[in-house]
Amino acid sequence: MKVKYFAWVRERIGKAEETIEPPADVRTVGDLIGWLARRGETYAYAFETPRVIRAAIDHTHVKSDAMISGAREIAFFPPMTGG
Amino acid sequence: MAADATIRIQQADFDVGHEIAALTKGRIDIGAVVSFSGICRGSENGEPIAALTLEHYPGMAEAEIKRHADEAISRWPLSGLTVIHRVGRIVPGENIVLVLAASAHRQAAFEAAEFLMDYLKANAPFWKREESTAGTSWIEAHDHDDAAAARWTKS
Repeated sequence: MKVKYFAWVRERIGKAEETIEPPADVRTVGDLIGWLARRGETYAYAFETPRVIRAAIDHTHVKSDAMISGAREIAFFPPMTGG
Repeated sequence: MAADATIRIQQADFDVGHEIAALTKGRIDIGAVVSFSGICRGSENGEPIAALTLEHYPGMAEAEIKRHADEAISRWPLSGLTVIHRVGRIVPGENIVLVLAASAHRQAAFEAAEFLMDYLKANAPFWKREESTAGTSWIEAHDHDDAAAARWTKS
């Protein structure tokens, strides 16, 4: 699946998007955050406070207990500050 | 007749008067247009800023605005709706966002415009980074923006 990062999540990780293949036991958005956070220092920094991270699956906001199976694109970003 | 929303995400500035004229041109069913413009301030928390840079999530930003515009159209008797959100570098005094809500009467137009702005601030995937003499930093979200959006939730 494709993952995208925005704003300071993108800056901390150092990339805007990538394709990942998490193991089968990574089932929810929260699991995926935990798995990503263990990929290295930059990821650990980006996801150091999981409760502030917002997520979207295929362009729709989701909570951390959302299942990721079947997702084409998952995005992680900070709380929004537009308008 | 259900209104169609005009939604644009663009780098270029926009002209509020031109957008109102485009929305109302040739129409005799519109009795009220409410216009909200979000404008880049020259300071944030008392500190001067040189510019804001707006980042967005292409695809999702359009989808979120469309979803909220459709909800506004279903909740209020609107004759027209325009939402424009700029991205990229914006300097103080320039426009950031525009919401126009048109209806036969003022109440629906006022309420729909306020609803849309509250929802856009809390839910549309845009992020502001500010430039100041101290460097650049991401603007933090405010809890009161979530609270402003939540008050429109139907119980």
